[in-house]
Order: sequence, then C-alpha cells, then structure tokens
Amino acid sequence: MTPARPPPSSGEWDGSPAPLGGPWAEPLLAIDTVRFVGEPVAVVITDGRYQGEDAADLVSVDYEPLPVVLGPTAAVSDEILLFPAASTNVCVSQACPADDTPFDACDVVVERDLVNQRVACIPMEGRATAASYENGKLTVWASSQNAQVSRFILAGALGVAPDQIRVVVPDVGGGFGAKIGIDRDTITIAWAARKLGRALRWAETRSENLVAMTQGRGQLQHIKIGGSRDGRILAYRIDVIQDIGAYARIGGLLPFFTCLMAPGVYDIPDVQAGFRQGFTNTTPVSAYRGAGRPEATAAIERAVDLFAAEIGMDPAEVRRRNFIAPDKFPFQTKTGALYDTGRYADGLDKALAAAGYAQFREEQERRRVSGDPRQLGIGISCYVEITAPDPDLGETAKLEVTEDGSATVYTGSNATGQGHRTAWAMLVQDELGIPMDQITVIHGDTDLIPAGVGTHGSRSLQLGGSAVHKAALEVKDEARHHAAEMLEAAEADVVLDTATGLWQVRGDPDTALSWAQVAGHTSGGSLIADVSFAQERPTFPFGTHVSVVEVDTETGQVRMLRHVTVDDAGTVLNPVLTEGQRHGGIAQGVAQALLEEVLYDADGNPLTSTLADYAVISPPDLPSFELVASETPTDLNPLGAKGIGEAGSIGSTPAVQNAVVDAVSHLGVRHIDMPATPQRVWTAINEAWKASNQ
Amino acid sequence: MKVDLTVNGKEITADVEDRMLLVHFLRDVADLTATNIGCDTTSCGACTVLLDGESVKSCTVLAAQASGHQVTTVEGLASNGAMHPVQRAFHEQHGLQCGFCTPGMVMAIVSLLKENPHPTEEQVRTGLEGNLCRCTGYHNIVRAALAASEVSS
Repeated sequence: MTPARPPPSSGEWDGSPAPLGGPWAEPLLAIDTVRFVGEPVAVVITDGRYQGEDAADLVSVDYEPLPVVLGPTAAVSDEILLFPAASTNVCVSQACPADDTPFDACDVVVERDLVNQRVACIPMEGRATAASYENGKLTVWASSQNAQVSRFILAGALGVAPDQIRVVVPDVGGGFGAKIGIDRDTITIAWAARKLGRALRWAETRSENLVAMTQGRGQLQHIKIGGSRDGRILAYRIDVIQDIGAYARIGGLLPFFTCLMAPGVYDIPDVQAGFRQGFTNTTPVSAYRGAGRPEATAAIERAVDLFAAEIGMDPAEVRRRNFIAPDKFPFQTKTGALYDTGRYADGLDKALAAAGYAQFREEQERRRVSGDPRQLGIGISCYVEITAPDPDLGETAKLEVTEDGSATVYTGSNATGQGHRTAWAMLVQDELGIPMDQITVIHGDTDLIPAGVGTHGSRSLQLGGSAVHKAALEVKDEARHHAAEMLEAAEADVVLDTATGLWQVRGDPDTALSWAQVAGHTSGGSLIADVSFAQERPTFPFGTHVSVVEVDTETGQVRMLRHVTVDDAGTVLNPVLTEGQRHGGIAQGVAQALLEEVLYDADGNPLTSTLADYAVISPPDLPSFELVASETPTDLNPLGAKGIGEAGSIGSTPAVQNAVVDAVSHLGVRHIDMPATPQRVWTAINEAWKASNQ
Repeated sequence: MKVDLTVNGKEITADVEDRMLLVHFLRDVADLTATNIGCDTTSCGACTVLLDGESVKSCTVLAAQASGHQVTTVEGLASNGAMHPVQRAFHEQHGLQCGFCTPGMVMAIVSLLKENPHPTEEQVRTGLEGNLCRCTGYHNIVRAALAASEVSS
C-alpha cells in the first residue's frame, strides 16, 4: 500500500518551525529513494504482535547503493545531492559576516572548530500510536507533546477536515522535543486505519526508535573570540554548520536559535553569527531539550574559557568582567534578542559560593604540585536562554466550577511528565480557594479542547499557566457578581477567603457562601471562563552551573564529583516540580558532555542503534545535584514565570566540558571535543605531552 | 504451548506461542500493563518484575520459563489498599516524572533493599545501573530508595 504524499508546502523557509516542503518534502513512505536507515519503506498490518514480525521479514527490498553524505562538512559541500531536484543540499542559511576588523584591534584572538555532536533523545517510551475510524470520524491516540498541533498535521497530511479527527494524547512517557507534533509514522498508521476502516496500533521498538525518532544537536561550529589582556571580550564570531539529517522537519529553527543566542550573557561590542544547514543520509535532526540554545551556550562558554586560558585569567573573573549589567535590561543583543530581566553576576556569585570555588582551586593546585594521577577540574557555565519563543501563539484554558463545588481545568498545554495537573490545580486553588483534590485537570483531547498549542520551548507555565490564572480571575469576577446578588450586597463589599473557599460580605462571616452555592445560583449550574493568554515577547531565564570532576590522567576516565546550579526562571510556582525539571535537564546535559553520541560507519549504517551500543547515562555516572534557589521575575506575564524545562541541559553541558579541560589544562590541553570519553581525554593528554616534549 | 503462572498471587493458565516473552504475557495475556517495555536489549530495566522474589527483566525471560513460578509486578505490591514503602517513597520524594520507568525502578529497588536493607547512596546508584530514566536525572529516585530503606529499618 502506498499512502498519499502530504501536500507540499512552500519551498522557502519562512522562519516557522514547520517541515520544509517543495523539493525537500518528506514522503510518508520512501518513494524510489531511501535517504536514511530508519526511513519507512512499507507497512505491514497483522492481527498479532509476533505475526507482524514474521510478516515484516517477508518484505524484500532491492536496494541499489547510492553515494553517501555524512557529517556537517559533507552536508554543505554539495558534492552529492540528497534531493537532485534541488540544486543544493544547503536548504536554509543565514550568511555569517566575515568582518575581521574588530578582531584585528584585539590583544588576543582565539579561533577553532567545536563539535556539538549528534545525540539521541530517548524518551523511555518510544513513539506509539493507535487509530480507529468509525462513522466517518478518525480517532488517533498519539504519544505527543501537542494534541491540537497533531490534529492540524493529520488534517493537512490526510486531506481531512480537522473536525473529523479527534486526537487523544494520554499519559506520555517523556518527550524532550522529539514528540513535538507527530511524524510520518504516526500519520501512516492513521492513514491505514482510515483506509481499512478498522482499529490499528503500533509501538516502535527501541532499535527502531534509535534510527527513526528525530535526534538532537549535530553542529560543527567555527568560533573566533577576541579581546584585551585585561579580560574584556571585544568580538565574537560563530559560524555554524547544521547537520539536519535527511529531512528538515522544523525548518532552520535549530541553527537560527543558536545564532540568536550566540553572545549569551555577555555585553560584547561586536558579534557575528551565521549558519548553513545541510542534508545528510542520517536520521533527521530536530528539537532536543534546548533545541539550538544548548549549542549556543556550549560555543560561547567554551570560547570564553579558551580566551581566559590564553590571557591567563581565572575563567570566573573573565565572565564577571563581561556580563550584561543588571541596569541594562531590557537588553537588546547584537543578534536580535531582547532579554527581559537578568542578574548574571548574582547567579555566578551564588553558584561559586555554594560550590566552594576557592577551596577547590586550592585543592586543584595541591594535586597539580604533587603530580597526583587523579587531577581535579572545575568548570563554569553561565547561560541565558529563550523560552516561550512563540509567545504570540499563546495558550488556551477553560475553567468550570460546578454546583458540587468542584473545578475542572481544560488546558491546551500537554504534560509529558512535568506535572501540569499539579501545577494548574495549584493555580486554581491559590486564586479560588477550591482545594486541589476537588480540581480536575484535563489535557490532550481535541474533542474536549479543540484549540491549544501544547508543550515545547519551556512555554507551559508562562503561557498555559497564565491562561489558567486568567480563567480563574474571570470565574472569580463572575462568582462575585452572583454572590453579591445572593447576599443582596454591593459587589465591592463581597470578598472571597481563599483559605476556606468561602464568599461573604466583608466582615460578616455569617453570610458565608460556598462555591457550590454560588455555582448553583447560575442559570446553567456552573461558572465558566474560556480564555487564551498570549505574551508580548519571549522570556530569558539564566543561571550558572559549576561542575567539579576528577580526571584519571593515566586512563582518561572522568568522574563527576559535584554539580552545583543556579537556575533562575523567574517566580517559582512549585519548587518540587521545578527542581525535578532541573535534575532531568542536568543529567541529559552531562550525558552529552561525557558519554552520549550517535555514530555511523562510512556507509551511513548506524552504529548506535540499540541501548547496548548507545551510552545512555545511568545512575552510577552521576552524583546528586546541588540546586541553589534564585528568582528574578519577568514582568511579561502575571505569574512572573519564565520556562525551566530546558535550563538543565543548556547550563550543564559546557560546565562539565570546561571542567574536564580544566583538569588537564596544566598539561597543555586546551580543548577536548564532546563526549569526553576516556579515549578522547587520554589522547588529548598524550598529544599535549608529545607537543611539549618535542 | 500451555503455560501456568502465578501472577500477583493469581494463577493464570494460557496457551501461548513458544517464543512469547514474559513481558508480553503480562501485558497482553494477563492484562497487567504497568510493566513497560523500554528497549529490546535488556538494557533499560523498565520491564523489571520479581520472579520467585528475585528481580528479572521480563523482556529477557520467556513466559514458558516462568511457567510454574511466582511473578510479582508493581500491581501486586500494595497490600490492603496501602502502598508498599518503596511506592510511598516515590510519591513523597517526587521520584517520577513521566512514570514510564517507574514500575521497573520500584521493583528493582524492592529487590535491592531485600538484598541490602541499608544501602549507601553509592550502593543504590550501582544497584540501579541496569535501570534507565530520562526524566529525573536519578536524583529523586535515589532519594526515594534511601528514604524507603529508612522506613524499613
């Protein structure tokens, strides 16, 4: 069977995070050309699980090998084209200025390539879908971060009106960006269910997941940093090559974000940023916890350390001398971002104090002097990131208080483990005084919540939460009106005690009315507010991570001793959920710095297609984390909240990488690419030793 | 072939394919879907259950091998409506986010604490090496294991 192709969208990238169409369009099943291992070529439908595996073995495909494009450099060389109908592999680009004048004026300039390697997202639940078609209505259960966006994608791909499709997103086993919307495999299941008129289900295996689910990062960055010997950074350039894999599912968004966030937390007079994004015969690369921003932070934070090493200054001091000052906010960067609020030096000071930075430097010196085979490294990373990058799309919330006194929240946000149900119920309880156990939060069903955006870009609390807050205020206003009527009092004299959830005339507890009574007074028996909340601009959380590692100089083995973070995402609603987000992000960021990397052989065969081959970070690889609280509210939403979902993976990676390099810098090592495996570290030490003994 | 398993104290007899994995038996035949499948190489531990009281990865055991034996899944841990101390510790320490690894993690920790009722943090981390989580960074899972060991003392 061959499903229809989705209608091609326009060929040029318009800045939206939609798949590239035109000559770059991605079919549902491969047509004539298979561009990566993991690209679906046929659908096999059976009654039973094992029968399906047997039947799939009977599918025979004759492949004629084609020349292979692998890695960022080849991606933009245009020697081999993935899409011959297009004249180039470079599907999106932004020219990088090559003005050397500001660098010529610097005392010191450092320039080098940095690899931000491709990693796998690995939510513990892979992609899974069920679909049924009954009475002209297609129902699709999807493991996704966005029910409503998924419905929109399905409607477009299948040529069906959105109101004939219901998408249900039940509890989802992790997303991390790889489950934004739905991809071709889920669309194909939905297509087949509709075609056959029967219910179907599909769940990928992990070895399918590791070749077919979108992967993350995949950049080669050329950086150049220059400044004065007293530690002032005067110019910075980053030229990115993005390996986007075989299809560009979110346009050019990843390197676009990398360039937008290029200067990080620093007030640098001259910043030059640009990118070229090219295709390779590999699994498509898309959003992964941070989506372009970890790559920006990794580059600038490594660059600052390289600069610090060159001028012989403490990396903490170099950072302090270049921060954007707190009185400069809102701050317009040279790359076009408008940072809302930030106290960068504050974050650094708190993190260094909590880590005991000075003592670690002393211990490091002792080990260096004594020639201890186990050397200590301390790494710093200061970051700023962009959250709710699509603030104008906003988010929806409907709140209903019924005559039994309970409340139901219908939210356009989708949880994949973040704890939306808890957080949204807290917002309602805070405002209305209805106890959390009488508040139900519903998400992920387009029949109940037709409009919504979902969860990505750390947008949920600031947009979805603010929408819930707004709905609660509207319900409260309406309730006040009814309570005043019931109590025969002026609205201004009627107050709600949010501790008890009772309405009363001010100063007269005998007049108390419950939510049940007030809701019962309405003609429909319930109070309802149906709202959406949009934000004027994105918000910019920031923080500092300090990592302490021990490097065995004889084996290259790195052991993490401490990881201390300040992650300031504005006002905190629920500290436990916030810390949970930080923990998970830190671990994924450390994983990129030390362990994880997707690899291919020279023919484009994946070498890391099982969890026995791909080095997912595991409990013994990590210490417990030390989190320092910090809250600098934004004034862009009523909650004062910025996003926290991606801070951990943005801040931790360069802190750990810098720590590893720091541990062996006295041996002459200036840089080690990620992941800092024992072999890489040992080789770097050995090469530095050889260079210094020639 | 005919298999006869006792799952969470209940005897289940079924005619299954020889190659049926225990985890598929639990999910598809016994209709106990808490036990999840996270990989196909015995690496992730999402499918951890107890076989005669010992933790095993049920993706690497055939239903036939478990025939005549006792299997405990996370559904069988609570008694008289009260959560097992390890389950309660996960709740109190926010030891889960998406929850997909949780059934396997809980069973692995139940088994770990049976072998070593008072582990150090390092022993917990080493003991959980075969169980992967992508959400929590393991921080609160380790805290939950240590908290459960306090309770059991």
